[in-house]
Amino acid sequence: MSQKSKTINLYKTLLYMGKDYPKGYDYFRVRLKKVFEKNRYETDTEKIEKMIAHGNFVIKELEALYMLKKYRTLKKRYYE
Amino acid sequence: MARVLVGIKRVIDYAVKIRVKSDKSGVVVDGVKHSMNPFDEIAIEEAVRMKEKKLAKEVIAVSCGPTASQETIRTALAMGADKGIHVEISGNEAEFLQPIHVSKILAKLAQDEKVDLIIVGKQAIDDDCNQTAQMTGGVLGWPTATFCSKIEHGQNELTVTREIDGGLEVVKVKTPAVLSADLRLNEPRYATLPNIMKAKKKPVKKISPKDLGIDITPRIQIISVEDPPVRQAGSILPDVDTLISKLKEGGHL
Repeated sequence: MSQKSKTINLYKTLLYMGKDYPKGYDYFRVRLKKVFEKNRYETDTEKIEKMIAHGNFVIKELEALYMLKKYRTLKKRYYE
Repeated sequence: MARVLVGIKRVIDYAVKIRVKSDKSGVVVDGVKHSMNPFDEIAIEEAVRMKEKKLAKEVIAVSCGPTASQETIRTALAMGADKGIHVEISGNEAEFLQPIHVSKILAKLAQDEKVDLIIVGKQAIDDDCNQTAQMTGGVLGWPTATFCSKIEHGQNELTVTREIDGGLEVVKVKTPAVLSADLRLNEPRYATLPNIMKAKKKPVKKISPKDLGIDITPRIQIISVEDPPVRQAGSILPDVDTLISKLKEGGHL
């Protein structure tokens, strides 16, 4: 996959995940867009590769965040 | 190798603040985010892990409800289920659908699909019934292990650790069996975007309760749905004497 399509894929995945964001989709989308726009003129392939890797790390973090939040809410509701 | 049937329910998302309709006929569901019942996610995850360990051949996800329930089935397919069965019930009828009806549907499907194991979530977070697994076991006459927090597989039998009041209980059940998943059974995976897309290619069969020969006439009547009472504000008292006189006033002493 080319770096361009990798980046687009990353953006799409993050947008999709933002729908579950605790502070709301709009809050997430605005910030996500800003971060991507900040680096739009980056041309160094190595740097871009690092950024994509960081993006994928953020995806994992979000997954963990959602799982924990759900687990904690349920635990509070049913087990305390 | 076993065939596993998993029951899933589409409920109002756990993070949504529930609002009661002004005419007290129910709760507001229009335009409210829905998702899969969290306990059912745990059930699906357990079935998918069985498949990954080559303990199960096929995982079938079943949901009873309106057309939108298909989305929930998609999520289950994205998590790794092989096929879905959507038992279509109109929105109006779904409101009065009780565990007794669902258990009969699940039992019938289990026989039709020749499954060896049924896994459901222990309860749904909307009506909190906690009856479907028990009733399904009853209808089929299968051993039932509820509130599973650990499942170990043996030859035609399962060793199940159950969460009970004040501790854990270990039981052995012969298959075929019905299980209900508790919160600590596993950590369900996230249904990722590419998997959701791939899930669109997986088969989903649509049937009606009539095709299964199951009567879903309501057995309950909703009289009134109300908000829980608001907690009253407390007050800070200056000394013990005032506290005692207050308690006496309230008739607590």
